[in-house]
This record gives sequence, structure tokens and C-alpha cells, in this order.
Amino acid sequence: MSGVVDTLRLTAEEALALVERGDVSPAELHAAYLDAIGERDAELHAYLRTVEYDGATSIPIALKDVISTKGLETTAGSRILEGYVPVFDATVTSRCRQAGLSVLGKTNTDEFAMGSSTENSAYGPSRNPWDPARVPGGSGGGTAAAVSAGLAPWGLGSDTGGSVKQPSALCGNVGLRPTYGTVSRYGIVAFASSLDQVGPVAKTVRDVALLYRIVSGRDPADSTTVELSEPVELPTSERLDGLRVGVPRQAVALEAIEPGVRAAFHSSLALLGELGAELDECDLPLSFDYGMPCYYLIAPAEASSNLARYDGVRYGRRSDGATYRETVERTRDDGFGDEPKRRIMLGTYALSAGYYDAYYGQAQKVRTLLVREHAAAFERFDVLATPTSPTVAFPLGDKAADPLAMYACDLLTIPSCLAGLPGLSVPCGFSEGLPVGLQLVGPQFGENALFRAGHAVERALELDLVPERLR
Amino acid sequence: MSTWEPVIGLEIHVQLKTRTKMFCRCRVGFGAEENSQTCPVCLGFPGALPVPNRTAIEWVVKLGLALGCEIAARAVFARKNYFYPDLSKGYQISQYDLPSCVNGTMIVSLAEGQHEIGIVRAHLEEDAAKNVHVGGRTGRIGGAEYTLVDYNRGGTPLVEIVTAPDLHSAEEAKRFLQLLRQTIVELGISDAEMEKGTLRVDANVSVRPAGSEVLRTRSEIKNMNSFTHIARGIDAEVARQIEVWESGGEVEQHTYDFDVGSGALTARRTKEEADDYRYFPEPDLAPVEPSAELVDRLRFELPELPAARIARVMKTLDHDRALVLVTGGLDRLWEATVAAGADGVAASNVIANQLVASGARPGAVDPTELAKLVDARERIPRATFAEALGKIGDHGFSAEPYLALESVSDTSELEPIVDAVIAANSAQVEQYRGGKEGLLGFFVGQVMKETKGQADPRVVNELVRARLAP
Repeated sequence: MSGVVDTLRLTAEEALALVERGDVSPAELHAAYLDAIGERDAELHAYLRTVEYDGATSIPIALKDVISTKGLETTAGSRILEGYVPVFDATVTSRCRQAGLSVLGKTNTDEFAMGSSTENSAYGPSRNPWDPARVPGGSGGGTAAAVSAGLAPWGLGSDTGGSVKQPSALCGNVGLRPTYGTVSRYGIVAFASSLDQVGPVAKTVRDVALLYRIVSGRDPADSTTVELSEPVELPTSERLDGLRVGVPRQAVALEAIEPGVRAAFHSSLALLGELGAELDECDLPLSFDYGMPCYYLIAPAEASSNLARYDGVRYGRRSDGATYRETVERTRDDGFGDEPKRRIMLGTYALSAGYYDAYYGQAQKVRTLLVREHAAAFERFDVLATPTSPTVAFPLGDKAADPLAMYACDLLTIPSCLAGLPGLSVPCGFSEGLPVGLQLVGPQFGENALFRAGHAVERALELDLVPERLR
Repeated sequence: MSTWEPVIGLEIHVQLKTRTKMFCRCRVGFGAEENSQTCPVCLGFPGALPVPNRTAIEWVVKLGLALGCEIAARAVFARKNYFYPDLSKGYQISQYDLPSCVNGTMIVSLAEGQHEIGIVRAHLEEDAAKNVHVGGRTGRIGGAEYTLVDYNRGGTPLVEIVTAPDLHSAEEAKRFLQLLRQTIVELGISDAEMEKGTLRVDANVSVRPAGSEVLRTRSEIKNMNSFTHIARGIDAEVARQIEVWESGGEVEQHTYDFDVGSGALTARRTKEEADDYRYFPEPDLAPVEPSAELVDRLRFELPELPAARIARVMKTLDHDRALVLVTGGLDRLWEATVAAGADGVAASNVIANQLVASGARPGAVDPTELAKLVDARERIPRATFAEALGKIGDHGFSAEPYLALESVSDTSELEPIVDAVIAANSAQVEQYRGGKEGLLGFFVGQVMKETKGQADPRVVNELVRARLAP
């Protein structure tokens, strides 16, 4: 217990009820979470910085440090943005503020959201609350660790190839990557614009749906956004009768999936059947054969362009040189870590004259095929199910020196990201005492179906998702 | 020696006079304090996103229609990536392989007939900010002590128009540009003033033996800030290239700056590596898909264009007169005046010179009254004519009272005065009859003086000549 409430177990929905009934004031709640952070974050390093209560009328929220916060330093986990204080709020930040949410702080991330462990953060890695020797996943490991360890009732992350879903799975949270275009990217430090999506992380599916309701919808400042085709429904049903669930053969066949993860996944499929869902295998051969290479051409290509603005001229860090060119080179050399540099080089190459058609152009064509392949699958199914991550949380340092092994963490999350589709990761069991996530992918704007399915699984399993060592 | 044909293509940048910038809501305009017209979007702050300016998109379609272009049902903004301090995002957003307008034409009227100039494309892009390189001798970034950047201009909407290499002389290029500028101004989408930089022109120039269809190596001329400079720059480059070819050399691809003072061309330093802008579709923006209704509406709203009007006026007048009328916004008045019975050339002279000088507003002039004045201009005293033009813009103006003040052309009235002048200047009469015919003007002048300018000079001329005949 820290202070007035048990932040380890308190869901956002419960916290909202407490505030509404006047049992706890927003200020007390904010303070309780800051106390919990004070108690546990020295070990976990989920936060890069926290803020005092500022008079908000509702419950607190943690924001990944790629989300712009007016007057509050926003670094995207990079040295090159050290000291950068935005003069504007991201649209999702202002929507949270309008809903009365108080910003608790900014959570750790792999530099520019590039990574699957937060080990690429220039400010040091975050750790997994279930086992501090292990990573919390990434890039949104900070938000996931915070929610899991009771350091925030909920939080926002950003997902390009799995950065919300994968850490949610590794930390035992629910995480949603929404349909591309349903949540504004305005004010989100860009990694790969055609893939970046902001998504909620929380303890329950209903919490995730609530937060999605707050942040989603068209934003005039982001011309790629649309209005939701139907309002967000908070799931209530514990049955899934008639829900058609497809299981992609090619995903399940991946050797990279650990036995413990596979076992937990298969028992959750059995559970779906018991709840009334109709399961069948389906084929997504292109998605799982070509999704990964396609992603590692498109995302770095866009990143190489998105990261060009960090030249030291207008904001952030600058390493002065004798000439303009030298200043830009030194600023970028000193300011970027290895992973952004690697992706800038990859992306620059993929876009270069003479290579464009073979790499970036080809990847875009493949992406169109993946969109079609998924669309065909959704003619037969309402939801597709796979594990979220092939492995449970792995030890720090395990993959840090091997970029390809790190990239493979997102094997299962990447295809639906490329297709612009929503995906929900829901805890579905444990392996070696660590949480395993079930990934449910829906058609465009199919969030409500995902919430219904996720909620039924969550209710049926009744897992205790407070890390054992913190109980 | 063979004759050489110049081959010229133009790249024209036009700054649109929209109220706000291309991708944000900052004001567009000159003279504001440095960096005061900026926001997170045009400063390229992390996470800021572009939102296209609807007016700019409508205006490029409007211009495309005026240039006879096909309007793309789907145009795509791309990113052009390069590092420079005036480029806040590290890339410029510009339409690239799918521009809004393609395959247009503009008709330029020449003495030898009408010439069709192909418009390859017209596309939308955003302008860069303004760099001021301080220190150093060249005014360029190399060698400068430091560079100040004013982002007020950054993100201003620009239209780039690219012509086919269809122009074959500096004069033709100049006429094309005059016509294009007039079209843009009349569409109300830009002030298109070269001095202010709202119209910028680069010329691609090559030469080839007349009759050849093969394009030879071209060079690019930049930094020309008036139509006259453009013509001079092109002429200079054409001459230089002809000399290179004729002396057995080979023209190399270069970019030249035109020096206004000396009229000379200075080659820019060649870069070691070729530019690779790594264009790719801008993922922050949806494709531009103007509806068929919008395109139809804009097409319907198009006024009759200057090219068509010049061609029509040129059925009566030469190009220079036609151009003056059309670019001065005077051609409609001229046409109405001619329709009311006035002589074309005379009406053109009166409208383009005296009427404009009188300060009368062309729109307020009744062409029927003007036609009467034009018709009578040699019969009524000069001062009266000027007075009438001064008042022709007034409400309810009638030419009649002025026409009543016709010059005295009645010979019976004038003969006694002529006789008196001749009688009073016998010495000059002797000289005239002795062969000094230039003195005729002296006698006419004396008669005009005696009549206080009321006499018709043509009649006086004839009378004096007849009386002085031996």
C-alpha cells in the first residue's frame, strides 16, 4: 500500500470511481502514485521525469516520452533532444488534459522508439517489474513497467511495429495499437509516419477502451486521421458466441516461439472455444514471410527523413563546428545513439537513387499485398489470434549486441502494423513465472470486437497480474 | 556556317498570395519582424504535422486549367530530402512524380503567327526560409562566419511551372513570361512580382543547328530578376554556346548566375557528387484528390484568358500594342470602343497613352462616348480633347459639348488669316520659295497662334502650301 490507495491493484476504472465518489481527491491520487514511484522506480527506471499535481480534476496518467508535453521536457529517449521543452501539447496530451487527467510524468523509451527492450534509451534501460534482471520490452517499456508496478493507473505509448503491444505482453498489461488514423499523431515525435500510432496501456481491457475513447477521433492538425465509424463500447459480455477467430498457420509455425509461450497460447485458444468462439486456421503466407523485411525497409526509410530535422539549428542539442556542415555532422554524431544511426543509414540507402525501386518501392508494393491478404482473411474471421511476442521478457543485455535478434521480437506484431490494423495484447498466462500475451488483431476500425474478445478472456482467466515479487 | 536555333525551357516559381502558409496557419507576408510568422509546423518541431492549405490546392487547379492542363484526380506530395539551414524539417514537401497539373499549353502570339508552348507540369510545393550569410566575401554559406535564418518565408505556398523546351528566342521567352504573369495576376492567385521574389524564373538554354531535332547539352541560368534580364541572359548564353560549338568545343552542363550589373554569366562551382534528394511520398499527407465538381466549378469560373484576348486584339493591332492593352487591363474597353465605331489603332493609342495618363478609370468609361472622342480627336483642339479625356470617367459624361468645339476647318474663315501671315513675313516667303521648304511649319505655327489653336492644322497646312506655291 502506498498512501491512500493500493496503486498496485487499482484499475483506472476503479480510480475514476474513487475520485467521482469523492473518496479520494485527484491530488491525493497523484501523490499516491508519486509515492509509489519514489518507492519503486529507482530500481525500475520507468520514468525519465515526473511532475507534481497541477490541479487536474481526474486521475493521473503516464505518457511515453515521445509524446509532446507543453512546458515539460520531451526527449524521445535521445541525447539529441536533451533539454528540449515543447511549446505545445500533442493532441493526445491535450485530450487527456481536457478529460481532466493529470500527467504523472514521462516514461522511458528506446531512443526515438527504435527498439524492443528500452535498452536503446540514451538515459539507461528500464527494468521489468516481474524480474528486474529482465527487460520490460520496448520501445514503450517505461509505460508498461509503470502500469505493471503500480506507478501509473494507465499510460499512453506509441506503436510503430509493436512498441505498445510487445511491452504490454512482457509486463502483463493490456495494450492496444489502434487502427492507423484513429488517434492523432500531432505532437508525437515521429519515427515512421505511416506506421506510428499512439495506443493505451492499462491493467484491464475496459481501461484500455476508456482511454482509447478519450484520445481517439479525427484531429484537424493530423490530416491522416478520421472519425471513428462507431463509438467505443466498454465490453461487458463474458461470452464469445459466434465470434469467428482465425489462427494464422504461418504465425503459429514460427520456430522462434518459445515452448512456454506456445503452451500458453494454445490454452488460450482452447479457452476462446469454450467461451463460444469458432476457431479455424487461416493463411497469411506473405505477411509472415515478407512482413519483417518489408518493415525494415519502410520504417528506416521514413525514419531517415523524420530524423533529418535534428540538426542543432533550432532546438535540442548542438555540437558546434567550424561550418554549418560540420555543426550538423557533429550534432548528429554526438546526439544520436547507435540504433537511430543504423536506421538512418539503412533508410537513406533504401531511398537512394538507383535503389529506390528495388527497396523502398518494392516494400510499398509488398505492403499493399499484406493489406489485401489481411482483408481477405477478415472476410472469414472477426479476429485473428497469435502470441504477441515469441518470447517472455528476456534478460538485459541478451540481445543488445545483436540487432537482428532484437528485431525478431516483433515478428508477430509487425504484419498487422504494416496493414494498418488494430491489435490488442491481453495477458493469457505465464511461462517461467513471466507473463505471456495473446495478440488479437481486428479489421480496420474493429477495436470494439477486440475489446469484447479481450475482456471475455480476461474475465475467464482471472490472472493475478501484480508481479509476484511486489505482492 | 550553319544557322543555330536556340532551345529554351523555363522553370517558373510563383509564390501564391494565400492568407496563410502551405501547411500551417501562419500568415504569409513581407516585412514582419524576423521569425514572428512561425509555428511548430513551419519550424519543424518534433511531432508537428503539415495540413494542406485548401485555397492553395484550389489555386493550383485554377492555374492548371488556365494553362490548359489535365488536372490530376490524384496528386501526391513527396519529401525532397536535403540538409540546409533554411529547410526546417530536413526535407521540402513538394509534389513530385504525381503533380496536380500536367500537359498544358499556352499560345504565344508572334509576328510570324501563333506558337504553342507546352506546359509540362505545374505543381505545389513549400518555399524555404531565408538565409542571411554573415561574413565571408561571397554571400554564400561557404566562408560565411555565421548564418541567420528567418523562417517567416518558410512554408509559403509556391507553384512551380515547367515548360517544354518549346521556346526559340529570348523575345519569345519574354512574351511567354509576360503572358503567364498576366494570367497569374488576373487569376488573383499571386502578385507575381519579380522584384519581390514572388515570381522567379530559371532558364534552361541549349542551341542546335536549325532543322535538327536533337537536343544538345543545356545550361541553366538563375538569378535573373526582370523579364529584360531574362532576355539578356538567354541571349548571352545562346551566343556563348554558339561560339563554343563553332570553335569546335563542346558545351558542358553548368549552372550560371546572371549578373545584373555587368550582364555577364558566372558559372557556379560544380558539385563533386550528384544531388540525390531521396524523394518518397510524404506519409503525413493524404493524396490531393480534387472532386470533379470542384474542377468543373473552377473551370466554369475561369475568366477569358489573356492569351486568347491578345490573339484576338492582334487581329487588328501589332503585338506590342495588344500586350499593352491586355496587361494594362484595357483591352475590354478597347474592344467596346472599336465596336462603337472607333478606329482600332487610334483607339489603342488614345486608351493606352492619353486615357491612362488622364487618370480616368477604364471601367468607368462609356465606350460609345470614347469612340466619338477618338473619332473627333483630330478635329477638335488638343486642349479640348485632353479636357474631355480628363472627365470621361465622370458619371453621365457626354462627348457632345466637346465635339461642338470642333477646330476651325472652314477655309473661308481661315484664308484671310493665312493671307495676313504671308503678307507679314515676306522674307520667309522668299526663302521658302527659294527652296527652304522646312519653313512651312513656321507659317502653320503662326496661323495656329493667330487662331489660338482653334484651327484644324491639316487644313491650315494645305492652305499655306497652296498660297505659297509659286
